[in-house]
Amino acid sequence: MVASPQPTADAQAFDPDVRWRLHPQVAVRPEPFGALLYHFGTRKLSFLKNTTIVAVVTSLTDHPDVRSALRAAGVDDAGLAPYLHALGVLATSTMLVREENP
Amino acid sequence: MTTTMPPSPVPRLVDQFERGLDAPICLTWELTYACNLSCVHCLSSSGKRDPRELTTRQCKDVIDELERMQVFYVNIGGGEPTVRSDFWELVDYATEHHVGVKFSTNGVRIDEKVAAKLAASDYVDVQISLDGATAEVNDAVRGPGSFAMAIRALENLSAAGFRDAKISVVVTRHNVGQLDEFKALADRYGATLRITRLRPSGRGADVWDELHPTAAQQVALYDWLVARGDGILTGDSFFHLSGLGQPGALAGLNLCGAGRVVCLIDPVGDVYACPFAIHDRFLAGNILSDSGFQNVWQNSALFRELREPQSAGACGSCEHYDGCRGGCMAAKFFTGLPMDGPDPECVQGYGEPALAAERRIPKSSVDHSRAIPLTVISRRPRRMCDDNPLTTGGVR
Repeated sequence: MVASPQPTADAQAFDPDVRWRLHPQVAVRPEPFGALLYHFGTRKLSFLKNTTIVAVVTSLTDHPDVRSALRAAGVDDAGLAPYLHALGVLATSTMLVREENP
Repeated sequence: MTTTMPPSPVPRLVDQFERGLDAPICLTWELTYACNLSCVHCLSSSGKRDPRELTTRQCKDVIDELERMQVFYVNIGGGEPTVRSDFWELVDYATEHHVGVKFSTNGVRIDEKVAAKLAASDYVDVQISLDGATAEVNDAVRGPGSFAMAIRALENLSAAGFRDAKISVVVTRHNVGQLDEFKALADRYGATLRITRLRPSGRGADVWDELHPTAAQQVALYDWLVARGDGILTGDSFFHLSGLGQPGALAGLNLCGAGRVVCLIDPVGDVYACPFAIHDRFLAGNILSDSGFQNVWQNSALFRELREPQSAGACGSCEHYDGCRGGCMAAKFFTGLPMDGPDPECVQGYGEPALAAERRIPKSSVDHSRAIPLTVISRRPRRMCDDNPLTTGGVR
């Protein structure tokens, strides 16, 4: 669901029980299949390959943690794993960052 | 880029891309046809400036439009883009308007001062062209002194603290054996190696027969990419090799992106399907006379045609078609091969008989090469009325 370049070495561990947000240097371009993410700092491109993951990623700041953002986007517990994986990949490439002071 | 398969029945990314996107992902913009070098394989046949090249104002209008379309970055090239007097002004304008810049240069203007300025920017990426890991191999293709010029630029960038410059190599018969040396060179300057395929485009048409890697070298290249390609950029340009191994062994998008996810804006505002296809056959329109870039990208007849499912033609029965999809459109066109047949460098060997058969190589329709230097004829005319020296010498 996410296509992304190699992760950076200094990745933050992905904890879905806290608040995350898009890195301020990341732009989102909607596309028929989902969206393109571009990080102006790392100059990396990622593809969000369905509209659900787009909804999750763009609504992260509206939720106290990642799990509630996923629930709000209609992802049930059974379908959670691939989404957590995809978000973890985005965190590894610093597309997503921890929101330290919500 | 790596891909993970989606869990739900979403169409594959490659299928999505085949139908085209609302805006290109990767846009090449050549700012000028002027160049201080005259590389034998120049894909844009650059040399002399074109008097119709876009003005500073027109270039800024293009940038405004790219910002509106969310084209996140442009690959600026030429010619040698840094010889435009407004080059740095345009780079600054683009980055201020959320259009990141990666520019390709032979290094001619990357002195210490420029390197320091570049090192201070977060949004500019520099790509230095080098077609040999040694001066001997490089200069044979790019001209005398060009190796030293590129290395000086890399030294200046590295000394200024510019991180992760790109060294961009067009793989030829003569440098394909130097891949490890290129990698070592990149490591020495804290740079990333980028290797791309030689296309028979522009002046490349004249030297392709002698310069393109042999079949055995293609296999060696493929093996090198699979074994050591991690962290090496390829512009996804070697997808014609994917039939040499397991599907997916070669990283990247195995698809011709021409008019679907990539295109070229040339110095006079003409929009072509890809940087390797500067020819009337692949001209989609002009940003000045066709109401802007967005209109050309979204509505041109050529791009609409390229986004339709393409016929596999003679390749339809090949089991590797899904891997290479017939290869590179420009490589076929400029070697005079049919568009719905094999790539001239088809790794299953179908290109060779096609090349051996009768074919017509298309004449280039855009050429800014500098004229061959004229030799002054010092002989006196035989008769005073012979003002044309050509009529005076030789056989009469």
